[in-house]
Amino acid sequence: MKKKINEQANNILRHTVLLIISMFFMLPFYIMVSTSFKTQAECFVYPIKWLPENLNFAAYQDVFKIIPFGRYFINTVYITAANVLGVVLTCPLAAYSLARLRWKGREFLFFLTIAVMMIPYQVIMIPIFILFSRMGVIGTYWPLIIPQYFGIPFFIFLLRQFFKGLPKELEDAARIDGCSEFSIFSKIFLPLCKPAILTIAIFQLLNTWNDFTGPLIYLTKSKMYTLQIGLQQFKSVHVTNWPPMMAASVLISLPIIILFFIAQKQFIEGVTFTGVKG
Amino acid sequence: MLGVKNIFPNKNKKEVVGWLFASPWLIGLMAFYIYPLLSSIFYSFTTFNGITVEKFNGIQNYIDLIHNDVFWLSMKNTFIYTIIVVPASLFLGILLAIILNVKTEGRGIYRIIAFIPTLAPVVAVSIVWQWLLNSQFGLVNYILYKVGLPGPPWFGSELWSKPSVALISLWTIGTTVLIYLAGLNDIPKNYYEAATIDGAGVIRKVLHITLPLLTPVIFFNIIMGIIRAVQEFTLPFVITNGMGTPANSMLFYSMLLYKNAFQYFKMGEANAMAWIMFVIIMALTLIVQYTSKKWVHYMGE
Repeated sequence: MKKKINEQANNILRHTVLLIISMFFMLPFYIMVSTSFKTQAECFVYPIKWLPENLNFAAYQDVFKIIPFGRYFINTVYITAANVLGVVLTCPLAAYSLARLRWKGREFLFFLTIAVMMIPYQVIMIPIFILFSRMGVIGTYWPLIIPQYFGIPFFIFLLRQFFKGLPKELEDAARIDGCSEFSIFSKIFLPLCKPAILTIAIFQLLNTWNDFTGPLIYLTKSKMYTLQIGLQQFKSVHVTNWPPMMAASVLISLPIIILFFIAQKQFIEGVTFTGVKG
Repeated sequence: MLGVKNIFPNKNKKEVVGWLFASPWLIGLMAFYIYPLLSSIFYSFTTFNGITVEKFNGIQNYIDLIHNDVFWLSMKNTFIYTIIVVPASLFLGILLAIILNVKTEGRGIYRIIAFIPTLAPVVAVSIVWQWLLNSQFGLVNYILYKVGLPGPPWFGSELWSKPSVALISLWTIGTTVLIYLAGLNDIPKNYYEAATIDGAGVIRKVLHITLPLLTPVIFFNIIMGIIRAVQEFTLPFVITNGMGTPANSMLFYSMLLYKNAFQYFKMGEANAMAWIMFVIIMALTLIVQYTSKKWVHYMGE
């Protein structure tokens, strides 16, 4: 009996701690959403109102009125889609070559692939900018898209580990049947590697969607801005206009959070992989 | 002899296929990593304004930086931030992982809750936290007032601005926690069972089993944490709209680097800053690596 009560007390304590932790992580989201439904005046009421007086969507209308939100959204979707396509096309090819094809210089290329991951972005940022500026593409989307079509070292590494883990019998049988190297890759290995490819696609999607520095450096015309830069501009002008800023924050966070719930497994696996290599 | 002849063309073909598959990445590696790396060293020794290299001026950029107070200020800001955020996320990350690893109903949901903030775009994160940390109408000071604590001025003061950024950064600790959780998962269960039989309590188990066996993951997270903190850019930039206010207390190293490169077009000096940063990161990594022999335990050793 006593043991049971003890256990119950323990259980309550545990959930209390977990709830307090959850509050820390969730309250900012709650404030974001609730403030987005408030009026400007309601924000500056003391003590704080936990719920808006009534559900008004004025702030959401404002977002579309004050900033060209739809335009920024389309721009961001366009760049994101182009980037995801890029990494999905190139990274598996390079990873497959590093994992399963035997050729001179392969080990050295793999070493370089790992080594360049250590370079801070700030070191290579300016020369890459100069490179694009000499090509005359500053102010276009090209600098934000092209690099993804030439491989991302971390993704190549991740896929390479995945390809390494597949049994050798797979390709032997195909080779005896006289399949070409490319069809062994595309018909046998690529389909098996789908979960890993999905992981890198999601990572790239998240990276591009949330990218701030890239668009900040390369985009010059405001009608070409992405959501991140557009919202930052809005923020710097409308410093205290909280409800529309919160509404915009909800709108740019929501797609990613929805995606997380759809592809939770890939998110978690991708993140834990970064720890495994350490 | 005939056999050998037959093998050779086959082998050559394989070589070619290997190169062919890797060729987009080979081009990418050269164009977006190796070439920029080498040319940024070169630029750092020149007066490069983004269009032309006016002259090669040796280590003058580095000397100028050493005599520049703003450079040292940005270094100091970044250092203070790193000193706050790395130990705090080490401690909180492990603590949260241990708590979230306890078998409880709904454990999966609590883990997801801790992870979700890492998904939010930095701009959205800055907006909501600037409001939460508003010294008059913000929720944080309201709660502090309710429990009888004085509310700090947060972003309004030079003293509190960096801890505020650290606090926001800790809100997105979910990725780190997830990596610790994966590490905890790799610790064999029978170690704990044996300790229970020996009569060890929770704290002793944590101190003598969990922490020692988690050290490889701790090591990894410390290094990643340092690299991330030293390079921190977006959060202070977005919060202060690129200004670094109040009184340059939020002018982080990467922000000054960005300003030098893209606002003042002192690309040579900006590249010198980037290389100083690179050297600092490598030095810190080597120091942690060096000390790791004393405190990192690998299983099976």
